[in-house]
Amino acid sequence: MINASLVELRRALDARQISSVELATLFLDRIAALNPQLNAFITVDRDGALTAARDADARIAAGQAGALTGIPLAHKDLFCTEGVLTTCASKMLANFVSPYDAHVVSLLKAAGAVSLGKTNMDEFAMGSSNESSFYGPSKNPWDPSRVPGGSSGGSAAAVAARLTPIATGSDTGGSVRQPAAFCGITGIKPSYGLVSRYGMVAFASSLDQGGAFGASAEDCALLLGAMTGFDERDSTSLERPVEDYAAALAAPASAKPLEGLRIGLPREFFGEGMADEVRAAVEAALEQYRALGATTVEVSLPNAKLAIPAYYVIAPAECSSNLSRFDGVRYGHRAAEYGDLADMYSRSRAEGFGDEVKRRILVGTYVLSHGYYDAYYLQAQRLRRLIAQDFQAALAQCDVIAGPTTPTTAWALGAMADDPVQMYLSDIYTIAVNLAGLPGLSHPCGFGAGSLPIGLQLVGDYFSESRLMNTAHRFQQATDWHQRRPACAQ
Amino acid sequence: MSLSTEQVGHLARLARLALTDAGIEATRAKLDDIFGLIEQMQAVDTKGVEPMSHPQELATRLRADAVTEADRRDAFQRIAPQTEAGLYLVPKVIE
Repeated sequence: MINASLVELRRALDARQISSVELATLFLDRIAALNPQLNAFITVDRDGALTAARDADARIAAGQAGALTGIPLAHKDLFCTEGVLTTCASKMLANFVSPYDAHVVSLLKAAGAVSLGKTNMDEFAMGSSNESSFYGPSKNPWDPSRVPGGSSGGSAAAVAARLTPIATGSDTGGSVRQPAAFCGITGIKPSYGLVSRYGMVAFASSLDQGGAFGASAEDCALLLGAMTGFDERDSTSLERPVEDYAAALAAPASAKPLEGLRIGLPREFFGEGMADEVRAAVEAALEQYRALGATTVEVSLPNAKLAIPAYYVIAPAECSSNLSRFDGVRYGHRAAEYGDLADMYSRSRAEGFGDEVKRRILVGTYVLSHGYYDAYYLQAQRLRRLIAQDFQAALAQCDVIAGPTTPTTAWALGAMADDPVQMYLSDIYTIAVNLAGLPGLSHPCGFGAGSLPIGLQLVGDYFSESRLMNTAHRFQQATDWHQRRPACAQ
Repeated sequence: MSLSTEQVGHLARLARLALTDAGIEATRAKLDDIFGLIEQMQAVDTKGVEPMSHPQELATRLRADAVTEADRRDAFQRIAPQTEAGLYLVPKVIE
């Protein structure tokens, strides 16, 4: 049952082969057994989960179940959950019991999904390894001496280890796709504006976007379909009709289901810097895509190399502005000892934030300070335009773009902990997608040395989530990479 | 680019972060690395390129000037470090 797909779980719940309470208990017991090693959860909400599961069982008995009614899930700990600790993996919010639900959380509650708890992450979503968490890093279920990726590392580790069938995440520069790749699962970041940011603790507002994790594209389609939709409380939420992503996957199977699909391969994503084992796995997956009927064409993203420098201006600038709200007055950490008001702010913030968050606040403060705005923030925004235009030019020649999600497999815990820039560079294939605001998906496509998973990234035009998930779904119908599990989930 | 100890101290004050001297020194070296990365941007001529602030060019939405939120002061103040009689308490700012 722990490895069942959402479709199978739905069938079992509807046929009363298992109750939602039994299903929640099964996963809660796995969390109790495995979380001490994996540290994927910061908070486990056993009582809340069992109450929600009883409600779901009543709904199922009344014949009012939707696709997610009674299905367990976990939320990244930056989604506000009323009455449940929402820490953002920071000492700053270690005592923050949210008084309200994020829009995503209310939508999933209304759908009858059962939240098991809150997952570990890099502090305020700033990191690519989970090591900046105040609660210590989550571990990669394939090899606990390695990072699960970040920032949504706890969500990815929890799904990979089958502590939950699905989980929410957020992606500012790769924070869904990179941990999905490192943990051997599927993850999607939709187009900017599709998922409401209301109640999702802000890091870099023009880049942050909620996303979904599951074992397969099909599971992601069911979860993402319940997360999107216009929300007037988010000023960048888009007024678009909600799509039924799962229904779009139902086309009948055929030998060449991807006939006519043109896959663009950016030459910049296949250059140096990519590990040989990643290249081999991605090329084998592309061969599989061709066997399914797709054709491949070389495209170019000439400004892709500028994405990381531009991102490390825009994201810290927005972070320094967003995180100015943490002042020890209305919520969050306040220093025990202080003098005047300014001293209270400064001590509370120095104690509450970790080193990486402080660095990004300082970088943001610098680039936004008087006299530097044009040279940094405006220049970065101009590069952002060039990068977005590159994608449009490439997507005029193809339907989806494919390449590696990451240059390497998961690295060892501590390997880059003291070298922030080295870690920033590991997000080379994912960051440009956030700057352009495009949807991106990572699905497993093989393994490297030490049985560490490798991910393939698909990127499409705005609002092509359905096409991305359908493309990955056809690949997954013909392959079994997405069904491989680490030892702890067999 | 290389930031001086004084510059990092000034930034920390602007950002309201009480860093120790040792903390400033440790941060300084890492910030130099980060600005080394950022400086790569300056090699590109972006004359005439319109800055892009958001992926979707959205106009700010208007809404009716109506009360939409319920009064939840007690719930919000329950999580505050220090309150009294419905007010947030901070150190005295006016002598």
